[in-house]
Amino acid sequence: MPKGKIDFIKIRMSAAALSGVLVLLGSLLAGCGGPPWNDPNPQYDDNLLTYQSVMSPLPPKHLDPATSYASDESLFIDQIYEPPMGYHFLKRPYELIPLSIAAFPELVFLDEQGNEVAEDDEALAFSRYTLHVRPNERYQPHPAFALDAAGKPRYLFATADEGSRYQQIPDFPETGSRPVRANDFVYAIKRLANPAIGSPMLGFMSHYIVGMTEFSEQLGTLPRTDWLNLDDYPMAGLAVLDERTFTITIKGRYPQFLYWLAMHFFSPIAPEVDRFYHNPGFAQRNLTLDWWPVGSGPFMMVKNDPNSEIVLERNPNFREEFYPSEGEPGDREAGLLDDAGKRIPFIDRAVFRLEKEVLPLWTKFLQGYYDRSGEVHGNTNGVYDQAFVVGPDGVEMSTELEDHNISMSPDVKPAIYYYGFNMRDPVIGGYTEDRRKLRQALQIAFNTEEYLNIFYKGNGIASHTPIPPGIPGFLEGEAGINPYVYDWVDGEPKRKSLDYARQLLAEAGYPGGRDARTGEPLKIFIDVQSQAISNTMMNWMDRVFGEIGVQVEYRPADWNRTREKLLTGNTQVFSHGWLADYPDPENFLFLLYGPESPLDCKCDGANNSNYASDVYDDAFRKIRVLAPGPERDKLVALAVEEYRKDAVWLFAYYPKDIYLNNSWVYNNKRHGVSKATLMYTGIDAEERELKQKAWNQPVTWPLYAGALVVIGLLAPGIIAYRRRQKATARKAGDL
Amino acid sequence: MFAYIIRRLLYAIPILIGVNLLTFTLFFVVNSPDDMARSQLGEKYVTPAAIANWKQKNGYDKPLFLNDGSSGLGALTDTIFFAKSLKLFAFDFGRSESGRDITTDVSTRMWPSLAVALPSFAVGICVNICVALMVVMFRATALDRWAVFVFVSLMSISYLFYIIGGQYLVAKQWMLVPISGFDPDFQPWKFLILPVLVSVVSGIGSGARWYRTLFLEEAGQDYVRTARAKGASEISILFRHILPNALIPILTGIVVLIPSLFMGSLLIESFFGIPGLGSYMLDAIRSQDFAIVRSMVFIGSILYILGLILTDISYTWADPRVRLS
Repeated sequence: MPKGKIDFIKIRMSAAALSGVLVLLGSLLAGCGGPPWNDPNPQYDDNLLTYQSVMSPLPPKHLDPATSYASDESLFIDQIYEPPMGYHFLKRPYELIPLSIAAFPELVFLDEQGNEVAEDDEALAFSRYTLHVRPNERYQPHPAFALDAAGKPRYLFATADEGSRYQQIPDFPETGSRPVRANDFVYAIKRLANPAIGSPMLGFMSHYIVGMTEFSEQLGTLPRTDWLNLDDYPMAGLAVLDERTFTITIKGRYPQFLYWLAMHFFSPIAPEVDRFYHNPGFAQRNLTLDWWPVGSGPFMMVKNDPNSEIVLERNPNFREEFYPSEGEPGDREAGLLDDAGKRIPFIDRAVFRLEKEVLPLWTKFLQGYYDRSGEVHGNTNGVYDQAFVVGPDGVEMSTELEDHNISMSPDVKPAIYYYGFNMRDPVIGGYTEDRRKLRQALQIAFNTEEYLNIFYKGNGIASHTPIPPGIPGFLEGEAGINPYVYDWVDGEPKRKSLDYARQLLAEAGYPGGRDARTGEPLKIFIDVQSQAISNTMMNWMDRVFGEIGVQVEYRPADWNRTREKLLTGNTQVFSHGWLADYPDPENFLFLLYGPESPLDCKCDGANNSNYASDVYDDAFRKIRVLAPGPERDKLVALAVEEYRKDAVWLFAYYPKDIYLNNSWVYNNKRHGVSKATLMYTGIDAEERELKQKAWNQPVTWPLYAGALVVIGLLAPGIIAYRRRQKATARKAGDL
Repeated sequence: MFAYIIRRLLYAIPILIGVNLLTFTLFFVVNSPDDMARSQLGEKYVTPAAIANWKQKNGYDKPLFLNDGSSGLGALTDTIFFAKSLKLFAFDFGRSESGRDITTDVSTRMWPSLAVALPSFAVGICVNICVALMVVMFRATALDRWAVFVFVSLMSISYLFYIIGGQYLVAKQWMLVPISGFDPDFQPWKFLILPVLVSVVSGIGSGARWYRTLFLEEAGQDYVRTARAKGASEISILFRHILPNALIPILTGIVVLIPSLFMGSLLIESFFGIPGLGSYMLDAIRSQDFAIVRSMVFIGSILYILGLILTDISYTWADPRVRLS
């Protein structure tokens, strides 16, 4: 047999042997038990019921309830801390309930001398809230509460070296706990006033809480070398009456203060925790209250690696709390009351992994490794394209999702996105009839419904008023439409015709979109944030405004530059948005309150349109101090009518969040205001495990194919090499 | 050599000052301290007092470069630039704008970066060199021409395509490995397979083509002909003669990269969820965290300078004729 053929046979035999080994290895791997190969979640051996979710696209920056003011941070803070008030999980419209306090605060009104007066008394100068802490409210186990034999804090160090072996909170072997006291709430409010902490609430709350400004100024003058015990410095508006009772005194009347008490800023902070985190050297190891929260809520943080994951576990000291037995109509049919009366939380652990890109997030969700597609607004925008398709009947869920029996939890947040007019702009601003008609023509031309369908797959609701659904003052049906832009036809709002818009434009002095005096075409300038607009959107807007002969020029810029333009009034049309702090019309109507204009207040005011209407402002001032009732409703309607008549915003919509849940996740109702809903979430772990295995059987043929390709590439080379080595004559130029 | 290294280290000081000055200027051209304060404080209820308080608390309440309010040297030293830069040279990176200790974060995050970068780097070089040597062995044949075509094709494909394609096929369709993530305590290798594979495959085109050029130049040298005339096998010629003689240009390209491996990869880390320094930098840019950006650029500059010095030193090892003086 020729030598070359023997080599070839040897190589084929080697290849066959290698393939055999690979097949055997592959079969063994595929056949062995255990989790799927692509399972990214660690296997815990403690049998705790674990909820797997995601934080995206950036990790939280602050977890200190005094400094955090972002919804992605609330996702964690609201599970760990319990402010005095909270929201009912199921009821809509949103309903306040006492959380860490035993009952609703008792409210009395006082005059300048501190005498009690009636609510409508002109002498009213202050409102005093008295709050009683729940008797069974206890902090999570934490080393800050650990005591030595003498009853002194176990972990107080004089030098950085003494505590240097503790890198993370779980490194501390001893922990302790104690009941929540009234003074802890007072201490927390004092922290808001501490300039060294830099709470975003300081400026706003100083207008209300008595003595906050003076307290803050006093702290600002103190030397800052060590921990400052705020208990040593009284604040006029705060008082501790006994172990479980405290009062907050605010200036004037401000019914919305109850909503503020439902925000994490007012969660209790134990002074010894603050003291603990001021140990020397702790800050250098990121052992701070900003990274290791300590609360009395249903969960506690056991791992904080903001680079990859945050892990919460059930707080063993959480009070006895039960799943609600009442909801809104439809909740029972949706199975949301099946767990009524059961003790919560249902899960033992929650893992939130950092995902920065949509493809991995979405893939892991579909593979069953994430229980939900996301937790906070913004995250879901990235999955719209993956989750929905446009079918003959409109926007539908993709077949991939239907095959996985995935459920959808839509949620219209108490939020609004809008493009506003600058009412001081010389071309489109002002309050004369022609300017109103000009703005109304532009409003009609901008087909918000089409915009939402094209760019957001219908996940938004065109706005007729600044007040979103679910908030008092929002009206359904014909009574709720903006009659300047819509007609009520066949039981639904219908946008007025483009011919009518053209007529308005002509009456405004721009027939056919040209200035009647100069003949110049009307061009509007839209300032947008670069990342918030695409070429497709701009082309679409060019088209809709082109229908009435108006030209558009876009001025995209980053957020800082856009903000600068708003602060200086150097804009004509701008984009903005607002996510409410609490579900009250006042929190939306203040977006158009005259004194909130940045040009007038010389601050980052909320009235970026620089809208100024005496009627509106007068109504708003009354709305702010009135308790809910018919009188207040009338004033809200009056303010909304002014807004519509003056055509202050080009268009607005209420964003819908779409949350997707795998079939083994229960109690998926979303709460637009509160993030403290993790304790209601239920998981069927058995179903999850079965589905994960069924959906993630590895496809092994590419491994064999890859091996064959490598062999196929190497074999000819080896053959040629051997031939060449054994050849007796060469052509010139070869190696 | 010692004197040479000291001299090069001293040269590094003005370079680092220049890099720091440039970073500082570029950052503050687009961001003012007020912008930074607003970015950190959020968009609601931001008052001028809150902005002033944030700037004071974080040391941004001074002029950027020149303090007209101070006299003498104080006009230069009582500035944001001086206060923030001086500490860098003492390797005190301070705290990020969100309050975390940067030194701690960097020392924690460099290990995941290395876990991906080191095998990608080592396997990549081995594969590229082997492939290039094989192609050189068959130079001027159809195999060589096809190989060059494949190399150019691989080079022409976007890096993002390799990442997304790799994730889509290997992790999503075939379900062989996790699509992203990293857990040092839980089978870290299975999270590294895909990013390393993507890094190696995406680098074969440019790497092997470059090495092929170097090796081809050496293959035409007299000493190769002599070795062959003496009866040395092709394998021996390639690995014992051509490869060592082509080391100088290879070292120029790769030694400089070794210290930078600590810095990680922006794209790989972001797409594969690796909590390394590459994603740290990217997050800092996104959130306008100047303290981190400045520190990372500074560390990157130092590592690059270190890489250049190591490259020079490696020449003396690769070629005994080279003397550093």
